[in-house]
Amino acid sequence: MDGMSLLTITVLAVFVGFEVVSKVSSTLHTPLMSGANAIHGIILVGAIIVAGQAADPWVLAVALLAVVLATANLVGGFVVTDRMLEMFRGRQRPPSKVDAVETVAKERHQ
Amino acid sequence: MTLLNPTWTALLYLAAAACFILALKGLNSPRTARRGNLIGAFGALLAVVTVFVSVKLDNIPWILGAIAVGSGVAAPVARRVQMTQMPQLVALFNGVGGGAAALVALLELPHTDDSWVRVAIVFTLLVGAVSFAGSGVTFAKLQGLMTTRPVTFPGLPALMAVVLLAAVGAGVVVILNGWVLLALVLLVLGLVAGILLVLPVGGADVPIVISLLNAFTGLAVAASGLVLGNVLLVVAGTLVGASGTILTRAMAAAMGRSVAGIMFGAFKGGSTAGSTAVSERPVRSSSAEDVAVLLGYAQRVIIVPGYGLAVAQGQHTAAELALALEARGIEVDFAIHPVAGRMPGHMNVLLAEANVPYESLKEMGDINSEFKTADVALVVGANDVVNPAAKTTSGSPIYGMPILEVADARQVVFLKRSMRPGFAGIENELLYEPQTTLLFGDAKDSLTKVLGAVKGL
Repeated sequence: MDGMSLLTITVLAVFVGFEVVSKVSSTLHTPLMSGANAIHGIILVGAIIVAGQAADPWVLAVALLAVVLATANLVGGFVVTDRMLEMFRGRQRPPSKVDAVETVAKERHQ
Repeated sequence: MTLLNPTWTALLYLAAAACFILALKGLNSPRTARRGNLIGAFGALLAVVTVFVSVKLDNIPWILGAIAVGSGVAAPVARRVQMTQMPQLVALFNGVGGGAAALVALLELPHTDDSWVRVAIVFTLLVGAVSFAGSGVTFAKLQGLMTTRPVTFPGLPALMAVVLLAAVGAGVVVILNGWVLLALVLLVLGLVAGILLVLPVGGADVPIVISLLNAFTGLAVAASGLVLGNVLLVVAGTLVGASGTILTRAMAAAMGRSVAGIMFGAFKGGSTAGSTAVSERPVRSSSAEDVAVLLGYAQRVIIVPGYGLAVAQGQHTAAELALALEARGIEVDFAIHPVAGRMPGHMNVLLAEANVPYESLKEMGDINSEFKTADVALVVGANDVVNPAAKTTSGSPIYGMPILEVADARQVVFLKRSMRPGFAGIENELLYEPQTTLLFGDAKDSLTKVLGAVKGL
């Protein structure tokens, strides 16, 4: 792809990047940072290309190290973000709440 | 094997890029966040499959093995990490991503004569190395492997200047001549610069630095996309770079700090934190039973959780205490400062994990006017976020940071480990006010005792 098209795409991506997070509440800053962190793990694609074209064993070794690091970023990033967001599940009061209230109420009757 | 033609390849990469945008968009709201993250993961999977079927690759068994190793290490760690340690894990993942980008750029250097491509290589090398080493230092700070206090020494600004000048010089020569050995020197200079950049940053500012380095890695990935001529890397990296920059500024604003102040404050003079001195002035300390009576006969209690609660793993006990109080007909809310915990939003995650209902978690803007109607504000392991010095003392390092107005409550109870100041290292005047009661001890122990006493009322 020619340089001008790449530049166009880059500039448009900057605006999308600004726009897409401009109104996020502070509650979600951490998961958002973590999600963005996972996305740049896509450098894995670059690492795979470099490793797949390596002829020299040393080059291959370094490229494979890049593959390992990039995979850790990508996979670990998405998994840890998912774990964080798992915590936000269930807006309604969970069942443990009712149990606890009943237990406390019983204790007070005794 | 026949390879996918370029049009289909481009279409699949475009689909992956769209997934990433939808992922970031989804992460804007609690309702869609989890789905957004899954869409992002799907986009990544799509892109990785695409590269295997569209580029002629040798060494495929090796590559698959490396992917298996990377996933095999990262996924279990990410699954099992304690939520309190999650910030340093994010820092670590960010660092290795930056490292990967730098290595990719290094390996591409011998394959190009184009000086514009070499510019992108030099940029990726430097920024990737800064992100890798900087993230390593933030990891060490958060994991407690080194002090969370700012580390400065007299020659630091001069050393940083020398390193940066050397890096610029080496970068120019690499762009002109493409010497791989000098690129290795550049890589080392980037690592040193990353360490020097993060060392002087104080503990409370570390999350902002993680976010900044996250944006750096995004930019490095975008530049590596220019090196490889891969549009997806350009788009994904730029998205993260841009959104990361906005996010960093939003985080800094929530803490009343400026990004430039955090990064260069230590270079201008002294550190970014105040003193660690402990004052000798008298305070009113009290027993768990007294605190239980205060809470148990109140009508409205607002709990202000801070990092001390998180390190003591006391969030479940805090949730239980809230239940016990509600069972007595008391209205209980949690007031969440934007930077409570270790990162913005971290406390929401910790309390959600402890099954505190989402509606009980009130953001600062919503709850601040309600402290006036509260009988007791229970501050657990928080200090700087309720320090009135942020409003009254213009010389204070936290001056201008929005705080939770706990002083408006009829009674303020602090559960604290000791009289030592918080992260910012500033004395909290509120501790000496007549309406304030202190209960010393580990947050979880204190909460357990108070909980027991409340149940016994």
